[in-house]
Formats: sequence, C-alpha cells, structure tokens
Amino acid sequence: MAPLLNVAHMTHFFGGLRAVSDFNLTIEPGEIKGLIGPNGAGKTTVFNLITGVYTPTEGTVELEGKNIKGLETHVIAGMGLGRTFQNLALWRHMNVLDHIRLAHYSQLTYGLFGAFFGTPKCRREEEQVVDNSFKLLKLFDIEQFAMHNIGNLPYGAQRRVEMARAMATDPKVLFLDEPTAGMTPDELIRMIAIIRQVHRDFGVAIFMIEHRMKFVMELCESIQTLVFGEVIAEGPPEEIQNNPEVIEAYLGKEDLH
Amino acid sequence: MEKLKKLFSPFSVVPLAGWLLGGFSAVLMEYYLGDLISYYLYLPKIPVLFGTLIMLKKPLLIPSALAYDLIVYIVPIFLVARLTAPLTNGLAALLERMPLWLATLIHLAAFYGVLSTWAGISDYRVLVVKLTMISVILTLSLNVINGYQGEFSCSHPGFMALGAYASSILTLLLFANDKMFGAPLLNPALGPYLFPLVLVFGGAVAALGSLIVAIPSFRTRGDYLAIISLAFLFIVKSAIENLEIFGGPRGMSSQPNYATLPVVFSWMALCIWVVHNFTTSVLGKALNAVRDNEPAANSMTVNTRKTKMTAFMFGAFWAGVAGGLFAHVLRYVNPGTFGLNKLAEILAMVYFGGLNSIYGSIVGALSISVLSEALRPLELFKWIIIPLILILVMIYRPHGLISFTELNVKGLIRPRNKARQEGGE
Repeated sequence: MAPLLNVAHMTHFFGGLRAVSDFNLTIEPGEIKGLIGPNGAGKTTVFNLITGVYTPTEGTVELEGKNIKGLETHVIAGMGLGRTFQNLALWRHMNVLDHIRLAHYSQLTYGLFGAFFGTPKCRREEEQVVDNSFKLLKLFDIEQFAMHNIGNLPYGAQRRVEMARAMATDPKVLFLDEPTAGMTPDELIRMIAIIRQVHRDFGVAIFMIEHRMKFVMELCESIQTLVFGEVIAEGPPEEIQNNPEVIEAYLGKEDLH
Repeated sequence: MEKLKKLFSPFSVVPLAGWLLGGFSAVLMEYYLGDLISYYLYLPKIPVLFGTLIMLKKPLLIPSALAYDLIVYIVPIFLVARLTAPLTNGLAALLERMPLWLATLIHLAAFYGVLSTWAGISDYRVLVVKLTMISVILTLSLNVINGYQGEFSCSHPGFMALGAYASSILTLLLFANDKMFGAPLLNPALGPYLFPLVLVFGGAVAALGSLIVAIPSFRTRGDYLAIISLAFLFIVKSAIENLEIFGGPRGMSSQPNYATLPVVFSWMALCIWVVHNFTTSVLGKALNAVRDNEPAANSMTVNTRKTKMTAFMFGAFWAGVAGGLFAHVLRYVNPGTFGLNKLAEILAMVYFGGLNSIYGSIVGALSISVLSEALRPLELFKWIIIPLILILVMIYRPHGLISFTELNVKGLIRPRNKARQEGGE
C-alpha cells in the first residue's frame, strides 16, 4: 500500500535560486516526523510546496497515492492536509467559534442558494458544524472563549485555536509550523500534551517544523535536518542530536587551531 | 451622560412592539390632528421632515416647529410606549413563543403600517422614504464588498446603472407604450406581477458586469483594485452616454410606476434577510476570512476565488436591484446620475454606518439620506456639514458607528420586562 504522504525528488527554484533540492519524505498513518534546520534553510518553503502554496519545479507529491502537485491549496487542504502557520494566521475580526466553523468549509454541501435563503438543509448542516466546533473547542480547552474576538485571547490560547481550526478541516496529515514559537515553558508543556492528545484521539499523522530539541525529542519518531534546501541527515532524534554535520550546521565548525 | 441614562431608564422596559405602538399613535395623531396643530402653531402646513426644512428656511418658526415635533412625535411616542409597556410586553412574550419568522413578519407589518401612515401625509415624504429604503439596499450591498469582503470597490454606481438600465429597458419594452420601443409586447396589466422578475433580471445583468471587477480581484487588492473598479464605473457611464438607442446622455423616461411603497419596502426587507442569512453562514464568513488573511483561508479549505466572485456578484446583484427600483421610483434615468457623486454618497453611508454590520448599513443609509434631505435648504453648506460629520465619526469611531455586529432579530423583539426581574431578584 502507498504511504499516506509521499514526496519524491522535490526540487524548487525561485528564479535562479535553488530553494529546495531533491527532498524526499514518506509519512505513514499515525507517524510523527520532524523537520529541523537553521534559519533560512527552506523549512517553511518545504511546507508551502507540499501544501500547494507554490508548485514544485520538479518531483512528485502524492497523498494516499493520488497526485496533489499543482492542485490549488484549498483543494489539497480539503483532501486531508491541514496546517498551522509559523506566525499565527488568524482572522482578526472574527470570534473563536467562527474560526472553527469556517474550517468546515469544504465539508458543506448546501451551496450558495442554501446560504442565501437559509434552507432547512443549510440550517441542519450549520447546526452540525456548530456542534462539531464546540467538541473541538472543548478538546483544546478554549470553550470559554467561544464568543470572544480572537485578538482578546492570550497567546497560548490563540495557538490552540489555530490547532483546533486545523483539526476542523478533518486532516489525515497535520503540518505544524513551529507550534511552540514564542511560548513560555508552561505553555510548551501544555502544547506537548495537546499534540499527544490530537495524535491519540484523531490518529492523525504529524509533520512539524520545530527548533526546540526538547520538544522534538519528546514527540518525534524521526527527524530530518534541512540545510540550504538539502537534507543532510535523517534518523531518530538521539542520532540526529549527536550527528557532527547537524552540530556543524547549527553551531559552525569547531576551530582546531 | 449619567443623567441622560437615568432619564431614559423608565423606557428600558419598553419592547420593540411598544415603540411601534407609540410610533403608530404619533402618526395617527398627525394624520387626524396634524393640520389643526400646525394651524395653531402658525405653521403654513404640516412640516414634512420634522420641520427641518421650515426651520432652515424661516428661522422665526423654529420654536413652532420644535413644539410641533414635541406635541406630535416625542410626547405621544414616549407616553404611549411607556404606558402600554405591560401590555406590549405581554404581546412580545406571546410573539416570542411563535416561530421567529412569523414574529418578525408581524413586526415588519406593524412597522410598515407606521411608515406608510407617516408617509401618506405628502408625496414628498413617500419619495424620501422610497429613496432611503433604496439607499439601505445599496449600502448593504456595498458593505458586502467593502466591509465583509474588505475590498475597496468604487464601481457600485456602475452596477446600479446596469441594473437600472436593464430593468428600464425590459419594462419599457414589455409593458409600456413608449416612443423608444413602441407598443408594449405584453399586456401592461401583467406588469406589476412580473416586476420582481424584471428587477432580478436587472440584478443579474449587474452581477454579470461585476465579473469585470471580480476577476482582476483574484490577483490584486487594495488601491489597485480600487482603480480598476473606478475604471469600470467610467466605462459603464460613458458606454451608456454613447448608446443612442437607450437615449444617450438624455436617458430614458416614462417607466411605469411599479416601484410603489410596499414594493420597495418588501425588497428592502428581502435584501436585509438574504444578506443576514448569507453573512452569518459559513460561506459568508469565508468573506471575512479572505479579508483578514487570505493564505490562512486558503489553507482552511476555503475556495478564495469563488468567495471573491460570490462577494462581487452578490453585492452587484443587489446594487442592480436597487438601481431598478431607483429607475422606477423616479421614472427617469440618465447616465449622469451614476457618477462620482453617487459613489461618494454610497461610500459615505457605508463608512459612516459601520463596516461588516447590517445595523450599521441601515443607520448609515438612514442618517445620510435623511440628513441630506433635511439640510437641502442650506444648499452649498450641506456639503460642508455632512462631510464634517463624517470626519468626526471617522476620528472617534474609525470603523463607523456600529461595526462588526450581527443582526439579532430575536434580541430586538424580545420582551423587556423579564431581564429586569431576573436582575432584581
């Protein structure tokens, strides 16, 4: 059987600049993988290439055996590839409940006519969406903020809203772009618990970009290290942590003189 | 401010039904005693717009006009509303148990009763009321594009012109004996019944035209889209000016009188209802998501292109309907009407009232239309006072008077005595 997500020989150029070269990735159902690398290595570009924000110049991207390269972002997202963003990408004038409701967009079938006239079918589906949204809000412990404007929430809660929103799209693979950026140690521990919970309850596979080794060590089964668009090391966290090439990429070469 | 609150606190128990009853008693009083009261107050006739026109023309009559407002409107409305509060609260409780749509329809019918009785005093009032209601439709439809969707579209008068001309051509062709198209093709008696279809056709033409602005909006936003939409406005205007078969710059006249007060009122109510349904549904919330963060919307499975196209076509449709009503209210259209002045007027209504809000659009359309009618005697100074008010609103409330709120019909019509009991006990 084909793996859940299969990326083979993915290469991308921005003009003459080779941003990502020969990137390979397979994710099996329920797996948690990590992607680390210094600033500017192209980690977010890899995310954007797979999720369809950019189309890779070369290579193949397949989700459950079906080609998703070149499809529009919202189509890929609807097929089961959810994501969060490095710098929170929330909708600043909307309340928390509406954030989660909106992520059900592709699951609705009532159409514009239903929306204009509030047909019974529309109302039925909207009620289901609200029910499901509250389930997610409860799961991520942000139920008490449901009617609050997103801007009034503390940072950690905003992160959780983003996770809940991504889960509302009913993903098979979840892409997390630095889920702990800017978090306090307390919030970090909470985030680990939440990711574990999502992984357990939804059985979703996770692919994450993360800088904090503690976090990665805790969660990931396997890690890739990206430097200047190339994967220089791949393996279990302990191995990566002691890999001299990785250390060199992060800290520079040891001066022997 | 505290004192003002205290003054109004006895009226916090009055439900919407009570205010409607108060309004009804006031307009009835004007209907039967208006002439008598204005005679004793040395007013030449019943003041048409709360005496503002008389006050500005003849300052000596200011006290009389104010006294008239006090006797005919303010005292009866507040007195009746407060005295019948126990009764109307009972009524509101009864209505609350009914299905929401029925209760809403009853309130709307009552409101229409008040409005038509008030407007029935003079033809001028009827015209002002009709044009104000058309402004409400226009403001709401532009709010969908500029508020909910967050683009800055300047082509609204263009959409309106498309709707006005399309529906005028259809009614003149089908139902009117007219020098341009000759004898009617259908029995004119059918006209009023088919008029909704004519308006929908006008709206559809406007919606199709809006694609010219919607498609560039896939790639551009902000200032550049504003320029494209402005260009569209000028294209439509000069195209019509140069189409001699539709009268060119002289325009078209003698449209049949189909846009009566109940017709315009029903279309306004329908527009508010549909816009409310749409903007509270997930498909409508997608507009807000595209406005606030498009890449995020895309990643959350929202089809952003379809969403943008929907917003433009939906907004343009209602602008077209409003244009059709406008043409049949004035029974005359010419391309000069749909220029930059109209654009400024609609934009002012949207931004004055408040973005992303149905209440805001109603308040904006109502206040700017009534204000510009009431200040008409000031002529040039009108265009100093209204912009000044706009500037003040923008300073103190940058998103408009009532922005980012959802219409809550249930909250509006609920009985008001319960909340107080719960709070007191």
